[in-house]
Amino acid sequence: MAHPSTYQPRSGAEKWLDERLPVARLMHDQFMTFPTPRNLNYWWTFGGILTFILVAQIVTGVVLAMHYIPAEDRAFDSIEHIMRDVNWGWLLRYSHAVGASMFFLAAYIHTFRGLYYGSYKAPREVLWILGVLILLLMIATAFMGYSLPWGQMSFWAVTVITNLFSSLDAIVPGLGTTLVQWIWGGFAVGGPTLNRLYSLHYLFPFIIAGVVVLHIWALHVPGNNNPAGIEVKSPKETVPFHPYYSIKDGFALLMFLLLFGVFLFFAPNLLGHADNYIPANPLQTPPHIVPEWYFLPFYAILRAVPDKLLGVIALVSSIVVLFFVPWLDTSKVRSTSYRPVYRWFFWAFVVTCIALGYLGSQAPEGWYLFFGRVFTIYYFAFFLVVMPVVGKFERPRRLPGSITEAVLGHAEQPRSRKREAVA
Amino acid sequence: MASHETPLDPVLDDDEMSRRDVILIAAGGFTAIGTAAALWPLLDQMNPDASALSLATTDVDLAPIEVGQAVTVVWRGKPIFIRHRTPEEIEQANATPLDDLIDPLARNVNLPDDAPATDENRAAPEREPWLIMIGICTHLGCIPQGQAPGQYKGEYGGWFCPCHGSQYDTAGRVRIGPAPENMYIPPYAFTSDTKIRIG
Amino acid sequence: MTRHVFLNLLGTFLLGFAAPDHAVGQDGHAPEIARQSWSFAPPFGTFDNAQLQRGYQVYRDVCGQCHSMRLLSYRNLGEPGGPEFSAKAVEALAAKSQITDGPDDKGQMFQRPGRPSDRFRSPYANEQAARSANKGALPPDLSVMAKARAGGPDYIYALLTGYRDAPPDMNLAPGMYYNEAFPGHQIAMPPLLQDGAVAYTDGTEKTLDNYARDVSAFLMWAAEPKLEERHKVGMRVMIFLLVFAVIMYLAKRTVWAPLHKHRDTQSS
Repeated sequence: MAHPSTYQPRSGAEKWLDERLPVARLMHDQFMTFPTPRNLNYWWTFGGILTFILVAQIVTGVVLAMHYIPAEDRAFDSIEHIMRDVNWGWLLRYSHAVGASMFFLAAYIHTFRGLYYGSYKAPREVLWILGVLILLLMIATAFMGYSLPWGQMSFWAVTVITNLFSSLDAIVPGLGTTLVQWIWGGFAVGGPTLNRLYSLHYLFPFIIAGVVVLHIWALHVPGNNNPAGIEVKSPKETVPFHPYYSIKDGFALLMFLLLFGVFLFFAPNLLGHADNYIPANPLQTPPHIVPEWYFLPFYAILRAVPDKLLGVIALVSSIVVLFFVPWLDTSKVRSTSYRPVYRWFFWAFVVTCIALGYLGSQAPEGWYLFFGRVFTIYYFAFFLVVMPVVGKFERPRRLPGSITEAVLGHAEQPRSRKREAVA
Repeated sequence: MASHETPLDPVLDDDEMSRRDVILIAAGGFTAIGTAAALWPLLDQMNPDASALSLATTDVDLAPIEVGQAVTVVWRGKPIFIRHRTPEEIEQANATPLDDLIDPLARNVNLPDDAPATDENRAAPEREPWLIMIGICTHLGCIPQGQAPGQYKGEYGGWFCPCHGSQYDTAGRVRIGPAPENMYIPPYAFTSDTKIRIG
Repeated sequence: MTRHVFLNLLGTFLLGFAAPDHAVGQDGHAPEIARQSWSFAPPFGTFDNAQLQRGYQVYRDVCGQCHSMRLLSYRNLGEPGGPEFSAKAVEALAAKSQITDGPDDKGQMFQRPGRPSDRFRSPYANEQAARSANKGALPPDLSVMAKARAGGPDYIYALLTGYRDAPPDMNLAPGMYYNEAFPGHQIAMPPLLQDGAVAYTDGTEKTLDNYARDVSAFLMWAAEPKLEERHKVGMRVMIFLLVFAVIMYLAKRTVWAPLHKHRDTQSS
């Protein structure tokens, strides 16, 4: 939200720097005094939480890279070396592994929040698209990171996921095979594959950080959406980011870290798979290969389609469709709180995603497969049918006239008036 | 937004103000402690790890080393100079007055820290021909020449560091700078008449 | 409800799939593993040093005849949070094993007594030697076994105590044994761990049950040697975060108080 700069250099040095590179002014205006709607609820704290986790993942990752060896025959042992011999190695490695799960947990909550409150609608389309891009990059980064321990799950996840590209053979014969061999650097997943995955796993987080900067920039042009989904009408309806939201975000972050800590210190392997403590064996696939929990819904969608190419297309579409959400939703109203019909479809969608997650963890047989297909259909129908159609026919509830009214339930503030009179 | 219309500090009485200050200072304090505590593992991880600390030892058989010969072995990644000194070399080392030395201390971890740099304190106990030391110049860590037969051994017949010209005598004591200290004696012991274990 | 029925029909129609009634297939699905109580399981949990020492004895005398533990060193046996053998005992335990070292000055490999910094001696020189000595089956490395199987130490205990006579309708392959806990129930590992197989010296009863329990605990430590440190650090961090969170909550309330005073009851 463009607002006049209020930065005042307090010393000669600050003034000198401000005339040459106004970085302090930028920080002051964007993160200290930035006008933020006063009615944001706790679902809005996940942006700050995500920023924290991204930084934590990069820091622990850089440190782990000082000890990790990306070689086929040494990767597994080098991680055990970190766990056993490196000072605090267990803490760093478990932080990074559990951190990946926490990253996705927070990112999914953040995405659902944006979806519920219509944060993707004009003028925030670019903000939303950048967010989906970050999610895509996170998925790629997490996949590559998971390959690095070079356990059985790592190895077979790489095999299966890279083989998705071979489905292109159905379009141009030989194209998929050529592409897959290019990705592998050989005729099977092996040392060269591990090495390049490691290199890219180191690179991608910095790309994510770059897109995050754009994401925040795109946020600060129109300013925050808010639970009422209506525009800020007067400065009275905002508060400066610091201290109001810095402290609120800080408190939420601590609550999140408590959850993080429970996994990290008391169940670090709960979210992982036992088979990944078996060194990679290219001659034997584990009886049940399952991705990490955060990929399970997508995995269920992949398996729901009984055709190789179509399955891959469904998988890719399930994420790509998110890019089009700003134009798929035809409703003028942002916040689902004021959309009596859409609301039901929204919660059905949340249930669908959770159900797909559960189904993704089960063997694709019998009823599991059946429901996998049902929920897959609803997943796409939500975006392609519900969003455009419901927006057209639904009669939204009356929107509050202003954020003040949304917060107080009435437009004016009798008590505050009284206080002013007294003052 | 300093000119923000939201009243940041409306009428608060003194008690409320001081309570507010205490809480905010406590929050700031916890943030600082938490950050510092989280920083420590990130720094400590770079210290030598448990496998490096698990003192690997090196066994050396001295029997094949003739008088006047020198060998270099590796202990914890460092070169260890082992020299079977000639009587002349020993005599030369003994004849040097301690006052002539740049570093008057023995630098022998098997002896007290303040032991003087006599040849007796530098050489192997009761086996004076043997000099066993860490072959690293105390200036900036280069490896001095003088182990191989054809190499220049410096003016004092010991070792010569090619990097910055430090020279050591036949007891491994620095005689010409810039090195400030004598070469160090590692922990070692004789396991038999002709065998030593370093570390 | 009607929508679901509709979607069901749609699914069947679109994907040409009719849901079969039969349950999920049995083969290869791991049997239920009974949970045991372990001293290290609760959030404050620690290892029982004496139990780990006995567990090491079981490993060395029985399991270690076929199974390697290539990620462990003898020095680990003396480290805090483990069996915590004394430094002298560790040296003695290490010295009991002949370690292949070399090459020496003549280019020959040679045998020498182990030192604390040596890795545990492996029973076989390589995978092929291990297979040929075990009728083609490879005894897996046990270093991280307690983390590499669902159920962890519970599974190891169940496996070691799970040998039974095969049910009459089952055709055991030659050289295989029937084991309740093993997926598929046919295991190549013979039931070597029997009552009295290991000579405990601390008065603990020499029963299969004790051996299985002790060696499972030992393998858990081997797989997760920093567990005690993790629990200890974790408790401190959690308490710190809790207090911090309370203070932060109060700070949040204090900072927001002037805003909240402006209205009657709602909170943001």
